[in-house]
Amino acid sequence: MSTAYHRYTWRSALRETLLLGGAALWIVPFVLLVMVSLEPAAQILSDPTGLPDSWHPGNYVKAWNEAGIGRAAVNSVVITAGSVAVLVALGSVSAYAIARARGRMGNLVFVLSVVGIILPSQLGVIPLYTALRSLGLVGGYAGMIVLYTGLWLPLAIFLYTGFARSLPREYEEAACVDGASTLRTFLSVVFPLLRPATGTVAVLTGVQIWNDFFFPIIFLNGTPNTPLPLTVYTYIGGVATKWNLVFAAVAMSLLPVLVLFIAAQRRLMRGFSGGIKN
Amino acid sequence: MAVHLADHQIPTRSGKKADPRIGRPAKRASGQPGGVPWPWLLPALLCLILARFLPTLAGAGYAFTDWNGLSGARFVGPANFEEIFTDPLALRALRNTIVIALVVVCAGNLVGLLLAMGLNTVVKSRYLLRAVFFLPAVMSSLSTAYVWKFLFQTDGIINHALHWLHLQDQPRSWLADPATALWSVCLVMIWQMTGLAMVIYLAGLQAIPADLDEAAAVDGASPWRRTLAVTLPLLRPATMIAVPLVSIVALGTFDQVMSLTGGGPVNMTETLATQVYKQTFANGRYGYGTALSLVLTLIIVVVALVQMVAVRPRKDTP
Repeated sequence: MSTAYHRYTWRSALRETLLLGGAALWIVPFVLLVMVSLEPAAQILSDPTGLPDSWHPGNYVKAWNEAGIGRAAVNSVVITAGSVAVLVALGSVSAYAIARARGRMGNLVFVLSVVGIILPSQLGVIPLYTALRSLGLVGGYAGMIVLYTGLWLPLAIFLYTGFARSLPREYEEAACVDGASTLRTFLSVVFPLLRPATGTVAVLTGVQIWNDFFFPIIFLNGTPNTPLPLTVYTYIGGVATKWNLVFAAVAMSLLPVLVLFIAAQRRLMRGFSGGIKN
Repeated sequence: MAVHLADHQIPTRSGKKADPRIGRPAKRASGQPGGVPWPWLLPALLCLILARFLPTLAGAGYAFTDWNGLSGARFVGPANFEEIFTDPLALRALRNTIVIALVVVCAGNLVGLLLAMGLNTVVKSRYLLRAVFFLPAVMSSLSTAYVWKFLFQTDGIINHALHWLHLQDQPRSWLADPATALWSVCLVMIWQMTGLAMVIYLAGLQAIPADLDEAAAVDGASPWRRTLAVTLPLLRPATMIAVPLVSIVALGTFDQVMSLTGGGPVNMTETLATQVYKQTFANGRYGYGTALSLVLTLIIVVVALVQMVAVRPRKDTP
């Protein structure tokens, strides 16, 4: 945006004040989350919304142990990283093939991907549940990775294809002239060139998978392999109104995405704003 | 002014639609070195069919059976759908789903658009503000909804604030009161979806060349008129993404209900998605659950397609 003829006037100041006020309201839940998570147990009954009477970082230790946050974090990392790795591999290979394929199959996969983006997951999930159950994959990591690959591959292919089609062919042609195989060309030339798309796909699908609750409650409920949101849900079912512990668990479940948000804010927003800009 | 603007050859997204790279493979791939053999597409094709399309089709088939998830399913015709459209609980879930979607799509997009327009001007704390409004959109909707549950409590901060502002005498139990529970769920959804709509509109606004707005300003158009006649029409591509995206998410509302109310009080916040889950996996009614899913799926697909067609850039606009 170029706003050469827009100067900072009293109108801008008014607008900025309004926006700052809105942002202050917007962030109230997060402020309370941190405050209450540090309160002593007694204060939850007397004055829960006030500043902590005394600081109790011990709430975090207690919630960590009681809820099993450590194991849950490992589960979330394995499921998310596994799914994202498969999505990146399948998405990039397919998009390259779609962008450079000789036949109609590329079109077919691309059209299926576009349809798959709109098609909601709720209808397929019930037959998938019984199918994976008969394969013995319900309750484990592998089943979740299969599910998330099916769910997010359409978006991964769509994002990668848009990018792969804009890549110049000269590099691949040079590699081909040098005698590189298609696989070799893909691994050493094309995949590195697709890196911006890889970043977008990884961040976008990674956040969605990390935060997902619908699939885990169906496929992992009651197993030791529950990821963070489901673990928090189960834990809160047991401690109900011990808000300081509830919030300590919630805060720990949110922290990894918060760190990612601070580190890769622009990439996240570009990913979520869906290719409008590029 | 309209005539003047037409001279400017507005480079809208409709120009991008004609881009030959999008939608079909370039012809010169054939016969050239570097073409990719078709078996490279097989893993993705298999994955899409086996993990996505086949289960969805199977689900649509099971919707006409009395399947219990274990033994063979018996064809029962449209019996499940007759039940859905006569059972008060299913009708309540259907109604709630539509109410949530309407409220969240309208409010989320309107507030998101206003925020984006505010942030697309000279505002010093632009980046900080953008981050604050967007943050809820990337956080676990299940976990953050627990914080809202706390805010909605009888002795929670919302009742305190309303009392302090003299808007309310007696504290309300927002989530336990059948009159307010659904609106409370909507509020949490709006808080979460607005940032998403905002970044989409912001990207759309930043793609609009500044000289168009300047040209209109030189012609003497007021800021209000420039917004209506220049900015909003050029935001069609962003609208085409933001409105269906928020709709799809809102129609599938599940997490927030599960943590805020669990569907209560007296089923006042049940949605189609929570009913799909409960009927199928708690009650073991797989056939009925797939029928509910099919209804939800058809609503989502029809709504998304209608919206995309409705806000699609018109051919006659430049």
